[in-house]
Amino acid sequence: MTEPVAGAAKAPTGVAGLDEMTGGGLPYGRVTLVEGGPGAGKTVLALQTLVNGAREHGEPAIFVAFEETGRRIAANAATFGWDLDGLQDDGLFFLDAQPDPGMAPAGDVDLGGMLAALDAKVAEMGARRVVFDALDVVLAFMDGAAARRETCRLHNWLLERGLTCIITAKAPGYAGVPGMDGLGFMQFMVDCSIELSHDTVQGISQRGLRVVKFRGSRFEENQVPLVIGDSGMEVAYVPRPEGANGPVSNERLSTGIPRLDSMLSGGYLRQAGVLITGAPGTAKTTLCGAFAEAACRNGERTVWASIDSPPDELMRNLSSVGIDLASPVSDGSLSIVPARAIAGSAEIHFVAIRNHAEAHGASCVIIDPVSALAKSGNTAFSHSVIERLVDWAKGAGVTLLCTSLLDREIPETESTPLQISTLADTWIHLSYRVQGGERNRGLSVVKSRGTAHSGQVRELLLDDGGVTLADVYTAGGEVLMGTLRREQEQARRLERQRAADERERQRLRLEAETAELDARIRHLEREREYKQAEQRTVTRQDAEVDRERDAMRRERGRWRHADRDDHAGTVGDDG
Amino acid sequence: MASGYLLRLFIAGHTPRSRRAIADLRQICQEDLGGRYALEVIDVIENPEAAEHEHVVATPTLIKELPPPVRRIIGDLSDHDQVLHSLALIPVGRGHA
Repeated sequence: MTEPVAGAAKAPTGVAGLDEMTGGGLPYGRVTLVEGGPGAGKTVLALQTLVNGAREHGEPAIFVAFEETGRRIAANAATFGWDLDGLQDDGLFFLDAQPDPGMAPAGDVDLGGMLAALDAKVAEMGARRVVFDALDVVLAFMDGAAARRETCRLHNWLLERGLTCIITAKAPGYAGVPGMDGLGFMQFMVDCSIELSHDTVQGISQRGLRVVKFRGSRFEENQVPLVIGDSGMEVAYVPRPEGANGPVSNERLSTGIPRLDSMLSGGYLRQAGVLITGAPGTAKTTLCGAFAEAACRNGERTVWASIDSPPDELMRNLSSVGIDLASPVSDGSLSIVPARAIAGSAEIHFVAIRNHAEAHGASCVIIDPVSALAKSGNTAFSHSVIERLVDWAKGAGVTLLCTSLLDREIPETESTPLQISTLADTWIHLSYRVQGGERNRGLSVVKSRGTAHSGQVRELLLDDGGVTLADVYTAGGEVLMGTLRREQEQARRLERQRAADERERQRLRLEAETAELDARIRHLEREREYKQAEQRTVTRQDAEVDRERDAMRRERGRWRHADRDDHAGTVGDDG
Repeated sequence: MASGYLLRLFIAGHTPRSRRAIADLRQICQEDLGGRYALEVIDVIENPEAAEHEHVVATPTLIKELPPPVRRIIGDLSDHDQVLHSLALIPVGRGHA
């Protein structure tokens, strides 16, 4: 038998998520009040806590049933796969305490009869946990003062014995439920109070759980979605990652499309949240398929929540564009979840997808389309679910690929229905462009955190050989695709050819001109040589003439002097 | 008219409420049933198994075992008319009025 311990100790409920919200469970040895409307899950929460205590923590328990008989509760619990028959022998006891339908109060009553019976049972079993299910039923027989007195007596009785107790009650306000005097008063006494809600928003069931108070403990104060599934109750609580959530990866995962890999400098970042938006038929699913195929080929275990199309249809459709999902499905690396089968609200989808991913050991999760979750009920609620989904994926090191429908074509001004675009690390937008009587698909990377990426629009081409990206042409401020792109390509090719021809002609002309110039230079040089030669000839002749003249002068002089020597008397005649 | 009444009163300890219930019940039996009754008083503190067996939650609880049908009433029985009405007891001297 476990001794009651200090007030800070917790009694785990075994309700996934609730123990995380409260830092371990309900206050040990204290009283917890669980309130809610019909069908909110009060009995399930209480019973699950008892089953968990008896089975996992060796704490025998008593379930006091004021409303339904123990046998009916056990039968209902069997649908959750809880073996109550096995537990009932020594671990779990049902005390039927339904009032006789014809019973009427005649004067003042107390709960002494029940407590006496319980005292004997607690001692006999060594019970550590006890549930009073639908206490409002019995309080309804009392007037205000008596109800206050008896809740007080019950509370003291529980505390004296150090029992971990859950008291469930219908929320005040329903017909026949005691108001402030009974249960409202109890709110102030108990150490922990939990409120369950069950509403429909646009016809979709929305369950929620809120911890109203928890003395001496930190707890999640916001309302958290609640799911009652095949194995009991689960609270869709994902604690916010505190500070750094593990090592940040720089590893790239191939998108399955080589050109897209290079646009994103290698691919999607591991652990990134990737969003693919676009109108219907823009090949969002095909992009998912390319990623799934590549991821599985690289040994990543992948879960694909296909919300719109069944797995067979999906595989057939993608095989028409050369994407083979049958092999990864058959070798077990890819698990396609037909999420349409999951009826219900966003958080039910979320919990189902998360559980599936965890069971599969997935490192990549694809949700196609995540915008379908917004359709199921409350958009604000859905948004917080998506936020948690992204947080969970980051915390678990999962690469998350989501698609989302966009009604409009301009992503810059668009907020997706779930505003996931602000949460996404990488956002790829797919669009149609109608031009020249054709629809063509365009792909652009709107943002990609931590990644140098191309901002250019590429044309997305799908054929039986697979998915490829082609450059697009811009002409006159217009992006051209399809036939217009091919025409443009042709025109560019002709233009290039013409330009090349022109250059060749120019080269030849210049060559010819150069050759001509060279020839002229050679001609002029020869002419200069000729002139120089002529000049030399002229110079030589001049010199010869001068020499001849000198010689003749000397000759003449000699003749004169001879004359003078012969005729001395004639000198005066010359002078 | 049945020959007699079999009544069982469950109390939790000898509290003022228990004593009041016993006194009130004795008075009703004397005045309205003309003494044609058998009354068993069970203290659930001393005999919790009986409380569990009879699914006694609130105390005091009065069970009319005979004549049929079995009827059950809770409270300290201070409201005599309510007791008579709820248990379908027919007071002597008033039944044939």
